[in-house]
Amino acid sequence: MIVDLPRFITNERPFWNELEKMLNHIEAEPNVRLSLQQLQLFHQLYERTAAGLARITTFSSEPEVRRYLENLVSRAYSEIHETREKQRRFFPLEWFLYTLPRTFRRHAGAFYLSVAITIAGCMFGGGAIALDPGSKQVLMPFPGLLQDPAERVREEEHAKSDRLKGFKTTFSAELMTHNIKIAILTLALGMSWGLGTILMLFYNGVMLGAVAIDYIRAGEAKFLLGWLMPHGVIEIPAILIAGQAGLMLAAAMIGRGSRLALRARLRAISPDVTTLIFGVGLLLVWAGFIEAFLSQYHEPVIPYDAKIGFGCIELFLLFAFLSRSGRQDKPDGGPLPK
Amino acid sequence: MKTSTLIIRTPEGIVFSQLLAGPVSRFFAWFIDQLCIQVALLALVTIMGFMGIFSPGIAIAFLVIGWFVISIGYGIFFEWSWRGQTIGKRLFRLRVVDVEGMRLQFNQIVVRNLLRFVDQLPVFYFVGGVTCWLNSKCQRLGDLAANTIVIRSPKIHEPDLDQALAGKFNSLRQFPHLVARLRQNVSPAEANVALQAILRRDEFEPAARVEMFNNLAAHFRAKVEFPAEATDGVADEQYLRNIVDVLYRTRVENKIEQAAAV
Repeated sequence: MIVDLPRFITNERPFWNELEKMLNHIEAEPNVRLSLQQLQLFHQLYERTAAGLARITTFSSEPEVRRYLENLVSRAYSEIHETREKQRRFFPLEWFLYTLPRTFRRHAGAFYLSVAITIAGCMFGGGAIALDPGSKQVLMPFPGLLQDPAERVREEEHAKSDRLKGFKTTFSAELMTHNIKIAILTLALGMSWGLGTILMLFYNGVMLGAVAIDYIRAGEAKFLLGWLMPHGVIEIPAILIAGQAGLMLAAAMIGRGSRLALRARLRAISPDVTTLIFGVGLLLVWAGFIEAFLSQYHEPVIPYDAKIGFGCIELFLLFAFLSRSGRQDKPDGGPLPK
Repeated sequence: MKTSTLIIRTPEGIVFSQLLAGPVSRFFAWFIDQLCIQVALLALVTIMGFMGIFSPGIAIAFLVIGWFVISIGYGIFFEWSWRGQTIGKRLFRLRVVDVEGMRLQFNQIVVRNLLRFVDQLPVFYFVGGVTCWLNSKCQRLGDLAANTIVIRSPKIHEPDLDQALAGKFNSLRQFPHLVARLRQNVSPAEANVALQAILRRDEFEPAARVEMFNNLAAHFRAKVEFPAEATDGVADEQYLRNIVDVLYRTRVENKIEQAAAV
């Protein structure tokens, strides 16, 4: 249909402006609740603008006006036709106690796979060190780990001064950021159909297994537990959960056993992936703090038994949190968050 | 097939398109964002420098954490606060939107920003750039995972129709059926090219202008062939003005139609 463009724009512009004003208001305030009258007006304006777009689309001029209307219609369309749950105000405690553990349990299969890959890596790394101690330099390309375990224990236990004095906070911050980067990378590599995530988990397992066997062979198992457990019982599960999120992405990419399209599969897991990676971030902040302020201190400063006991308590609490938290209804009787 | 637009059809039968942003405009927006991040980091370094006088350890720790949070959180914060835009995207009129035209959700923003870790491998967003280049909707891996696209959001511009006004007599108007066919055959983009050529005629060198009008006139002559009495003796530029006149100005026709109806 051919329209008288100037008159069309003059007549319709107030309605477009009104719609744009309402859209700006709705988009700026995610929690806004429109009254019935406002909703009716909003819908009416949307339909009128959409009709205007339909009219102007047939007109071979004014691409700018058409694009402007398309922009308005698309924004209004997204508000009117959105079927996903409207985003509610964020309650950190509710998210932590309900959403996070429930999300973890909902995708437990991916977590078990993540654990299995890491264990396979541990066995490979441990086996390689046991069979060929010379492979240490290849498996653990970090100077701190290449030292002879017995020698290191001797140095640590006879240290006269606190080598981290004045640097604990910095060291802690570096650990947190480094580990979170690794966790995000492990998650993101899920987009390589899981290959990257599997490699990251396997390599982490290789290093862990190699270090463990290296210290056990040197007769320093207790030192190893005292050194690793306080932060490791949080840090290692955190990386495993990042791997779980990565494997969820990979499963969505592969789509085996699902009739949904790739886009729908990715859309379905996106909120859960976000929840898990934020949970991982929290765990790694705690682990970084503990690693800098507790794990690096050994006997005689802190008895190994105390450190191992602390690690056991942490592990128990983490296990209880992930397996039990959020099983019951919320105290206010409201629906459980997905 | 790779196109520059994404077509969305609403349940009401309305079709609207989103102009997809190409890798080049996205790269420039990203470059501006990187500059903003560097400025923010510089400010952080300065503030922590002062703090370091009192406690160097805590100052460095804050610097390390602040650096990390700004680098990762910049995109998430701005895209959430500004509905899919960062400073760079706003400057280049780009916006992140849901691929199905739905409301952009927080988790989509987080996922697309976290997946930059893979998109930027091995250097300078090589993986993201190649994926974007190959993908029909110009999505990098982060966009694919989050179901988002980056669009160009234009602003309304009313063309100055008076400047494009042809002479008082337009020989093409004598053939309304051919004019109607012309409107049918000419796409909005082609009409806009003709209009812009006339509006910006003074910006061209005389020789280039003659050549441009010659090419454009030939293009529109091929669309619909008007009889010789309508085109004989009409210069290329005048012919193009007549074309723009019949494409953009319909008031005269409406009046004639109204008069005929009466």
